[in-house]
Amino acid sequence: MSTETTSTETFTDSHALDPAATSVSQDAISAEITDIHAAYRQSVIDGAKAETQPRIDFAPYRSSLLRHPTKSLHHADPETIELHSPAFGERDVHTLESDLTIQHNGDPIGERIVVSGRVLDGDGRPVAGQLVEIWQANAAGRYIHKRDQHPAPIDPNFTGVGRAITGANGEYSFTTIKPAPYPWKNHHNAWRPAHIHFSLFGTDFTQRMITQMYFPGDPLFSLDPIYQAITDAEARARLVATYDHSITSHEWATGYNWDIVLTGSNRTWMEETEDEN
Amino acid sequence: MAQASNPQAPALKLAPTPGQTIGPFYGYALPFDKGNELVNQAHPGSIRLHGTVTDGDGTPIPDSMLEIWQADEAGNVVGKDGSLIRDGYTFTGWGRAAVDNVGHYTFTTLNPGATEQGKAPFIMLTVFARGLLNRLFTRIYLPEDTAALAADPLLASLEPERRNTLIAVREGDGALRFDISLQGEDETVFLSYPREA
Repeated sequence: MSTETTSTETFTDSHALDPAATSVSQDAISAEITDIHAAYRQSVIDGAKAETQPRIDFAPYRSSLLRHPTKSLHHADPETIELHSPAFGERDVHTLESDLTIQHNGDPIGERIVVSGRVLDGDGRPVAGQLVEIWQANAAGRYIHKRDQHPAPIDPNFTGVGRAITGANGEYSFTTIKPAPYPWKNHHNAWRPAHIHFSLFGTDFTQRMITQMYFPGDPLFSLDPIYQAITDAEARARLVATYDHSITSHEWATGYNWDIVLTGSNRTWMEETEDEN
Repeated sequence: MAQASNPQAPALKLAPTPGQTIGPFYGYALPFDKGNELVNQAHPGSIRLHGTVTDGDGTPIPDSMLEIWQADEAGNVVGKDGSLIRDGYTFTGWGRAAVDNVGHYTFTTLNPGATEQGKAPFIMLTVFARGLLNRLFTRIYLPEDTAALAADPLLASLEPERRNTLIAVREGDGALRFDISLQGEDETVFLSYPREA
């Protein structure tokens, strides 16, 4: 843990780190990642359980240094409110909100894509009628956000925000533009792989999650400390969509499939256990 | 991450998708009008729930987003839709607030009732932030029912100083104050649940 005093963040530069941190080379960051991954693989060989989630203490992602709990998460047996989830429906989300290419007067610039898949729980059951939210950069790697000031063009026809309610089989589908990679200030010459942010709800609020979907074959994967904070290679692969020609449509858009699995619901088994008792 | 396993919890059939940080740019996407107003301020019984999110140096975090999920005053889990449109009449039990430039958040809500007889009422809280690689869960307990708090199994399993990080302070105007410390001496207790992996 760094004990050096870092400069106080302000609204305008809150995604910037201090100049000393941003002078760290990609090679140095990559070497840190390599060491952590090697130690993880050895721990699995020695019998540790495979990890499915990112480390929250992952120093190569410098912003995590002061923003992760150092004490272990404390086990809780879920109680009533934790066994249910907020409800969303057609009142909340219009069906057109899942098309990010029709929110303005003209067509956005870039590669039109359809991203569709299913939201499932850890038992493989579809999560039906639940809210899915996405946000992303445009085809130049620029977000419509005042904190993103890097020199890439804003597209007046693309905001990059979408919402949908899952269908009866947990299915969702978004029409959008393929986002580009963009630079950030974790270290010198740092670039994020292209990604779409996803926000998801389950049937229990304990399944709430926010994550990022990536595109197959991105050359920036191995360099990115946020993606590589997931130490397990199979777990990392679960964030990468699959190109799917059956989703691709003639002379219109290419298609990607990405299924999302939430953690396990606790309501069903706890109710069953209670009934048995 | 250490996690006491519940021997009765069945194993997952599918591996869960990893989480990732919310990043710095959610501000134009996730917050929505009146997202932090579960009830209108004029609603009888409305209270302010507020506090500051700080990092390991005690510095306020200006890019954190919080969500709460709670029962109504009678302890019922409402589960009505309409959270995103906030018609001013429907209490849905869920709210979302982005912190301000100095890491402070405010919800307007109701005191939740106990969902079961004798249980200590609490509000469920989820924390997201740039720099935080996965969401964190915790509970905001109401301070009044001291007998129920003393009997609460989660609180009983914590050291006294850590236990206090989960109990909100009632302020003079009826507001609930609940500060969130992601790291350090006064680090908030964050929770894991069965069937996360």
